[in-house]
Amino acid sequence: MTGVLPITLEESRKIVQALLSSGKEYVCVMKLHGDATEEQVKKVSKEFEDTIYQRPPLRASVKRGLRTRTIYYLDFLEKDGRNVLFKVGCEGGTYIRKLCHDIGEVLGCGAHMQELRRTRAGPFVENRNMVTLHDVAYWFMEWQQQKDEKILRKFIQPMETALTLVPKIYIRDSAVDAICHGANLTAPGVLSLETGISKGSMVAVFTLKGEIVALAKAGASTEEILNMEHGVVGKTRRVLMRRGTYPKCWRSGET
Amino acid sequence: MPRTVVPWEFKPKLLVKAEDKTNPRYGCKPEERPAEEYIKYGVINLDKPAGPTSHEVAAWVKRILNLQRIGHGGTLEA
Repeated sequence: MTGVLPITLEESRKIVQALLSSGKEYVCVMKLHGDATEEQVKKVSKEFEDTIYQRPPLRASVKRGLRTRTIYYLDFLEKDGRNVLFKVGCEGGTYIRKLCHDIGEVLGCGAHMQELRRTRAGPFVENRNMVTLHDVAYWFMEWQQQKDEKILRKFIQPMETALTLVPKIYIRDSAVDAICHGANLTAPGVLSLETGISKGSMVAVFTLKGEIVALAKAGASTEEILNMEHGVVGKTRRVLMRRGTYPKCWRSGET
Repeated sequence: MPRTVVPWEFKPKLLVKAEDKTNPRYGCKPEERPAEEYIKYGVINLDKPAGPTSHEVAAWVKRILNLQRIGHGGTLEA
């Protein structure tokens, strides 16, 4: 299996959760175990564009309980004999091997996954800034010799790029360090925010300079936060920024 | 059957709640981080080759870049 595999370096490991749960897109070759017409395959494919039930396969890295996953689209591309090529956009954690098996069951002839390439993982796509292991080794050596930061930018991107699809809240400088120390984000610290936040969903807390401060769990929706004067807006879950990057603007509760 | 909204096609709008400026003395834009920091707070969009597992590939990158810790987003396994 080949394709988009985002690698998180050192501190940016903490955002892996955001990538795991993000949507994926694959191009897949499915091998049918019997004969089926192109029309049949197309028709059955469309039936899977829905929320489906999936039990992870025997060899899986998660608990094998029945769970639901959404297939955003399943586009038939080509059929050559018993080989079927399709493109699928799906929720994070969808097993394509299982999907192929299930398509085979519905078709009646059986099928398995022959070949798989991931073309998207969250905001990362294969035709934008994707590099090979060879590129990494080569550019890193170049950088070590020339110490030109432009070379680093050829293959490494700031971790903020990985959070493009997570709704953002921009906060005041004065609120930053408290969050770095684990405090929750409260309404007065909020300057602006994106639409699409719902209570309990993951949000990314940003500075006005566009740096990620932390990942948080939203305490209210976009509309609610906009009208809040006090109260918790985001429960801090993962702190990304180092403490002391911004000045301490809070008083400890001395009595 | 109408298509569910694909997450990467959703274009959020930015709504302003209050105005303020940021002090240039603290922090810096992500793309202006000094080299060491840029690597530590960086991600690589890697084209995984066929054969090795995602964990193996991540370990190779770790060795190439001489890092202590590394992670990968979304195992891509056979």
